[in-house]
Amino acid sequence: MKRFIGFIKKEFYHIFRDRRSLFILFGMPIAQIMLFGFAITNEINNVDIAILDHSKDATTEAIINKISNSKYFSVKQFLDQESDIEAVFKKGKVKAVLNFENDFSKNLIKDHNAKIQILTDATDPNTANSISNYINAILSQYQKELNKDSNVAYQVIPQSRMVYNPELKSVYMFVPGVMTVILMLVSAMMTSISITREKELGTMEILLVSPLKPIQVIIGKVFPYIFLSIINAIVIVLLSIFIFKMPIQGSLVLLALESVLFIITALALGILISTVSATQQTAMMISLMGLMLPVILLSGFIFPISSMPLPLQVISNIIPAKWFNIIIKAIMLKGVGIQYIWKETLILIGMSLFFIAVSVKKYKIRLE
Amino acid sequence: MSIIVSNISKSFKKVKALQNISFDVNEGELFGLIGPDGAGKTTLFRVLTTLLIANEGAATVAGFDVLTEYKKIRDNVGYMPGKFSLYQDLTIEENLDFFATIFGTTIEENYDLIKDIYVQIAPFKDRRAGELSGGMKQKLALCCALIHKPKVLFLDEPTTGVDPVSRKEFWDMLKRLQQKGITILVSTPYMDEAALCDRIALIQDGKILEIDTPEAIVKHYPKQIYNVRANNMYQLINSLNDYKYNHSVYPFGEFVHYSDSRIDFNPEELKTYLESKKLLNIEIEKTQATIEDTFMELAK
Repeated sequence: MKRFIGFIKKEFYHIFRDRRSLFILFGMPIAQIMLFGFAITNEINNVDIAILDHSKDATTEAIINKISNSKYFSVKQFLDQESDIEAVFKKGKVKAVLNFENDFSKNLIKDHNAKIQILTDATDPNTANSISNYINAILSQYQKELNKDSNVAYQVIPQSRMVYNPELKSVYMFVPGVMTVILMLVSAMMTSISITREKELGTMEILLVSPLKPIQVIIGKVFPYIFLSIINAIVIVLLSIFIFKMPIQGSLVLLALESVLFIITALALGILISTVSATQQTAMMISLMGLMLPVILLSGFIFPISSMPLPLQVISNIIPAKWFNIIIKAIMLKGVGIQYIWKETLILIGMSLFFIAVSVKKYKIRLE
Repeated sequence: MSIIVSNISKSFKKVKALQNISFDVNEGELFGLIGPDGAGKTTLFRVLTTLLIANEGAATVAGFDVLTEYKKIRDNVGYMPGKFSLYQDLTIEENLDFFATIFGTTIEENYDLIKDIYVQIAPFKDRRAGELSGGMKQKLALCCALIHKPKVLFLDEPTTGVDPVSRKEFWDMLKRLQQKGITILVSTPYMDEAALCDRIALIQDGKILEIDTPEAIVKHYPKQIYNVRANNMYQLINSLNDYKYNHSVYPFGEFVHYSDSRIDFNPEELKTYLESKKLLNIEIEKTQATIEDTFMELAK
């Protein structure tokens, strides 16, 4: 036991004396969560639009007011003629233009039918789509108000409600995703690098010719990173609660336990990587290429798994991050208990055991 | 017997690193493996420290078999690899403390063993190992290899890259450790260090050329060696190489070590020959053969 504590003490010296790694270790989670939370977002806010109003009457004014009063749009410019539309798009000053036809009010009252054209700049298709949807929503809202008094027969009124994330905040999706990525990266990459560093510097040779057992070396290596990863997880959760006001619906204890489980899975994977790579560089490349990309692309963090082609859906099953992402979303957003996620939990436990078994088997007690 | 090596062979893909190596090291002996780079010294050390498995042959260290009882060997030996292999970001004291801990002991417990060495680096004990000079690094590595009071000490080229003063100090320390009953197997490419060992094995291309005490090895040299000196070293070597009766010509410091193939060699004849080659200030005198001469002779 004393040997083990001595080993861990040494590991902490390594970690705290390597400023760069320390920065990656603690700087990256904060930077990533801030980036995803603030900068990279699917929501639209204060989109600049232009208006081409051919009719300039009470109705169009009411609609324009409604749109510019919403927090989503701000009216930047009023255009005079059709030909200005292209010019203003080309300048890139506005993302959308509303084009009201002549005699808008009159047509509405007389024919019960007035036309408005929505033009959006689709160089960014997602945003264009959202803008058009938002404007449509505002218009139909207005329409409903108009029809309040009159009775229109046969109406289908959809009432949609967004459960678990009523405001469709993208940070709700990013926080669990970033947590998955960070825990995977810190745990797997850092441990695999720290083990291969011993090989590269030749200190592994001395450790081998010592009474330390392989399992003591491995656990001694990963233990500090379990500790650091837990701190990282706590930092991420605190940031999401206090900065992004994201409520954690489920039990914090369950969240903590599942996170520790995932950290162990990632560490086991890190050990496995270190047993197959001889240098720190290889370990880093394998971790980045073999872990980062699948974790980001195939875990369901950014792209929904159900809309992937079948082969990728199958592959996604062997990625631990996918299962953790399901678990953590369920706990954070839906507030479910273990009875809903026991299957995913079991899969993660199975994966960890498998990785640990393979690494212990592959761990070399000699140099070749 | 502290180390018994019998018929060890080891190959890496196409390279035969060790071929049929056999030797014994007595308890408390200071045994030297002398050979150039690439001779197979490091491979032999790794086989004996249980880091590599030999293709053929058997070996025991401190009475334990390197294959089946490797764990016991790892408890009982100290190993200092050729490459500096301590933690560069840890201080002298932290390194020593770490190695003491993993061997289940403390610095205080075996301090008397390392005291002579440690006092020399103690003033820098808070300095990180990566910032030490070559000599100090080796002293620290020796301390770390000794801290658990090993029965057998393996030192792979401990003085390579170390200044002459530190080299001498290092060998003095080895002598003192030997008196404490520790068996030491040391390798070196420096022939002058060979004379300080109890016995040496000359090794080249994975084969042992000869095993004996340094004195005996020198005595076995079959020829009389002459120190030859002249005003132009380069021309002297060329001329001697061209001389049809030469047996060996090796530059050796300010002299050339020369031996003749004839039994009734007369140095005056050589002097006349060299004068004919327009060399001046020629000196020729008898000298003792060194281990280097023997090595060159055997490696021919």
